[in-house]
Amino acid sequence: MNWKTFGAMLARDAHVARRNAIQLFLQTFLQPLLFVFIFGRVMVGSGYLPPQYKSLLLPGIIAICMVFTGIWAVAMPLIAEFQWTREIEDRLLAPIGVGWVAIEKVIAGMLQALIAGLVVIPLAWLVLRPGVEINIGSPWSFAAIILLVATFSACGGLALGCTINQQHIGLMFGMVITPMIFFGCTYYPWSALKSFPFLQKAVLINPLVYASEGMRATLVPQFPHLSIAAVLGALVCFDVLLLVVGLRQFEKKAVS
Amino acid sequence: MVGVRTQDLHKVYSSSPPAAAGGFAPRPDGKKGKQAKVQIPALDGLSLEILPGEIFGLLGPNGAGKSTTVGVLTTRVRPSSGQAWVGEHDVWQEPALVKRLIGVVPQRPNLDFSLTAREILIFHAAYFGIGSKQRDERADALLEKFKLTERSNQMVRGFSGGMMQRLSIARAMMHDPQVLFLDEPSAGLDPQTRILLWEIIREYHQAGKTVLLTTHNMEEADALCQRLAIVDHGHVIALGTPKELKASIPGGFLLRLRFGRQPEDLIERLQGLAGVREVRAADTTGMDIYADRGGSLIPEIASLAANSGAELSDVHISEPSLENLFLHHTGRSLRD
Repeated sequence: MNWKTFGAMLARDAHVARRNAIQLFLQTFLQPLLFVFIFGRVMVGSGYLPPQYKSLLLPGIIAICMVFTGIWAVAMPLIAEFQWTREIEDRLLAPIGVGWVAIEKVIAGMLQALIAGLVVIPLAWLVLRPGVEINIGSPWSFAAIILLVATFSACGGLALGCTINQQHIGLMFGMVITPMIFFGCTYYPWSALKSFPFLQKAVLINPLVYASEGMRATLVPQFPHLSIAAVLGALVCFDVLLLVVGLRQFEKKAVS
Repeated sequence: MVGVRTQDLHKVYSSSPPAAAGGFAPRPDGKKGKQAKVQIPALDGLSLEILPGEIFGLLGPNGAGKSTTVGVLTTRVRPSSGQAWVGEHDVWQEPALVKRLIGVVPQRPNLDFSLTAREILIFHAAYFGIGSKQRDERADALLEKFKLTERSNQMVRGFSGGMMQRLSIARAMMHDPQVLFLDEPSAGLDPQTRILLWEIIREYHQAGKTVLLTTHNMEEADALCQRLAIVDHGHVIALGTPKELKASIPGGFLLRLRFGRQPEDLIERLQGLAGVREVRAADTTGMDIYADRGGSLIPEIASLAANSGAELSDVHISEPSLENLFLHHTGRSLRD
């Protein structure tokens, strides 16, 4: 392991992110904040949704924001760099194992997802207030979950970015991302699906469910949620699975 | 000084060759079957030894296996079998060590579009663990050498093809590698830039470095390379200095003739002419003659053809060249 090379690659990603800061900011936060505004302010304010919905919505929005920031940050550059610009070749030729180039991408994606998660909380709170009741009971559980969610998003980005062809990006959004959001227990708690028993079981294959429910369990435990242990276990499994698949796909792309 | 060696390399792609290998190899049947597993052989027992401190050229037509060879030696293409070494290091046992020793200029620029020209050089050096003061000095010197100083703080997205190519070479030199790989370095360059590039390659070589370049440009191979391997269908068909290789063509001159009609005994009669070393029927109406002399043979050929009832319709004479050598070994032109 060559830490200097690894550090330089991280520095490169940080440099590029800084250069595109405004674009990244809008891309990351505009959609969740608009969503929070319409559902949390307009719909609640006009009486279509109960006031508690504000607190119920917030964890889901954080989960969506983190997961898609991480996926986007890792997958989109990889799709372009492997298939079109081939920019990544410079780093593949750096004196380090090619697997570490992928790990670096994952770490960079995780950092972006964490920043997105930590920034969207106060932003959404500002839009929603008053009436949001956040109760962080166990900061350690919250830290563990937010870290596992960030890892899941970046590893998911790695696996998708090394699997999807450039011409299938639209399909990826339509077939993977959109169903993931709607069946991800982001806008409703998992327990709300109890009138749809089959669906309630089927959505458990969606990792976003554990991200949303984990956020709910640690930020707004007053609502029904999956147990923290189940969430942690499932997220660890998804993280490992996606990392292994992502690394294998990455090496296939990097070395022919 | 560091040499490069390959032994009995084989590579079969099971889908079209990826970008790292130049993205091209001939399809055996020319169509994509539904049985997805198309087997495309790219290297077929390629063995080479490039001496430390040598400028070595791989010459061959598109799809001959040049880029795949470079891909194997630069850790980007895993061979199906065989071994490759850079210095004492097996490329596939110690890839990270090998990557320290090599600099690679790809066939198509792969510059980091999110960075400026100068940042590309600086970050490249940082990947190789070079300290910040040295990075700055080297970047400035290389930008100057490649005449890019004025554009150094611009994003490379808007650069012309030639500028990108120059920057790619500067980047490959940034960590001062012992072996420089250049895949078709002068493709698409204007003559001025090509000459600048040749000077820089020679200068780099004089500093004791090994250079391996691939080309299908005869002039470049002839002008630059100390030794050449002519590659076709994934193996080496001829190896030597440009001079030796050219001397190996029978006679040296090549006369490509075309007749309206070709009587059967014409080959034999042409072979009898003084100075003619070898006669080959190229197709039904064409004939390739390897000979010691060129233009002075034409009147004799014309009268001989007339006597045999064959009318000479086209003549092309070329002097001893690597192009002729390739044609002699493969029966095909390099540009085919």
